[in-house]
Amino acid sequence: MEIPRHWRLKQQRYSLVGEVCPHCDNKIFPPRDVCPNCGGEAKELYTFSGKGEVYSFTTIYEAPSGFDANAPYTVALVKLEEGPMVTAQLTDLDNAPVEIGMPVEMVTRRMRNDGDERGLIVYGYKFRPAWNIPTK
Amino acid sequence: MTDVVIAGIGQTPVGEHWEISLRDLALDAIQAAHKDSGGLKPQALFVSNMLAPNLSNQAHLGALIADYAGLTGIEAITVEAAGASGGAALRQAYLAIASGMVDVALIVGVEKFTDKVGPSVDAALSTTSDSDFEAVQGMTPTAQASLLMKRYMHEYQVPADGFAGFALTAHANGANNPHAMFRKAIKPETYAKAEMVSEPLNMFDIAPNADGAAAVVLTRRDLLPKDFSHPPVKIAGSASAADTLALHDRKDILYFDAAQLSAGKAMKQAGIILDQVNFFEYHDMFSIYAALQLEAVGFAIKGKGWKLAADGGIGLKGRIPSATMGGLKARGFAGGASGVYQAVEAATQLRGQAGANQIAGAKYGLIQSMGGPASTVVSHVLQGLN
Repeated sequence: MEIPRHWRLKQQRYSLVGEVCPHCDNKIFPPRDVCPNCGGEAKELYTFSGKGEVYSFTTIYEAPSGFDANAPYTVALVKLEEGPMVTAQLTDLDNAPVEIGMPVEMVTRRMRNDGDERGLIVYGYKFRPAWNIPTK
Repeated sequence: MTDVVIAGIGQTPVGEHWEISLRDLALDAIQAAHKDSGGLKPQALFVSNMLAPNLSNQAHLGALIADYAGLTGIEAITVEAAGASGGAALRQAYLAIASGMVDVALIVGVEKFTDKVGPSVDAALSTTSDSDFEAVQGMTPTAQASLLMKRYMHEYQVPADGFAGFALTAHANGANNPHAMFRKAIKPETYAKAEMVSEPLNMFDIAPNADGAAAVVLTRRDLLPKDFSHPPVKIAGSASAADTLALHDRKDILYFDAAQLSAGKAMKQAGIILDQVNFFEYHDMFSIYAALQLEAVGFAIKGKGWKLAADGGIGLKGRIPSATMGGLKARGFAGGASGVYQAVEAATQLRGQAGANQIAGAKYGLIQSMGGPASTVVSHVLQGLN
């Protein structure tokens, strides 16, 4: 059981809350308090739009324990429109082909479970195709 | 500063050693290295290991191995830096000897993968990535390499079998290494027909997880007996660099900064330029990693590492012979022992004892031990003192 570990990341997992650097306006996700761009302190919270595009992707057939019940699944590097890249599963694909550059949007989904029926279920962000969603 | 030299080397075959425990593997390599050193008595033991707390429910390997090898009383610790543990331990021992605080240091890299099988091994390997933001997504090191390779092939228009050169070279060289897990050369069509593991990565793009241990005895040159039996091998350069742990936090995921930084520092310390390096032992956990290391170190320009391999440039008679004893791909990936195997193999080359795989006249070898997608890279320049 790892409840506190996941609980304290709930803002990131459910709402993509990162940070914005007050010195250089760099958007940061995951939050890290020190701006990777300018090195200044960056603790101001910033909620990402959840829109981005697929930078690279692959399918996992041999999954780690906790994820093997869901295999195969597709994982991707998603470039968020505000700049940062995140590692995330793609979901709701309905056998649609995935391509580099494909627009995607964040959704909340079940990530894993402890494998025991009273075990912890971890929820978090995944990304789904955003074909019909107009971008700003 | 007097030269720090490799006085003894030892290794076990790499493979699935169901009947041999973690401690017995380590002991085998230690005894071989101890004997090879002419019986030098170590004052410090550096154990490199990646996953024993997870795979074997065994932490505190410093004391465990010191005890089991009959070395109680000496200083002993574990060094962990994921796949770079071996190189990191070698560097810690090097620093200890170079400082003058320790006269003889023993490094033993050991990994016991087969204490677990299946999804729990993948879960253990995933702990070396960012647990909160990579592993939680069901990400694995193999899938991470696939993401890199996919983007690389997209950016540089690499043909489907573009990476075949790495596996072909590794397997050809592994055939002549009695300690290698795979001792059979493969044909290009074998690579082309191989089963996909995580597209575009096929089974020949991935080094096999396996059990093994390797050991090295370090000392200062002036402490060696006059009639020492081997040509000593000097550690001419040693450096380590860290990059972001998570792949997604890189400015450019297709450039291994830490590989460039640590190799540059190690070569500068050795006082050599790239052209003087006679062979390169890279961390070819995945063929894409080998390509990106060739590029970061400077043997190939960006986007052309695969081409160097495809054109025969990394073969034993190529421009920069690599994975000369089979690399991780054919010798096998024995986790935290890998960087120590590299040192053992490079020392074998520089002593002129590499048999059919000997690089004629080899004087300098560059070895690179890598954790994750170049999140930690430890580079050493070894020099033969003939």
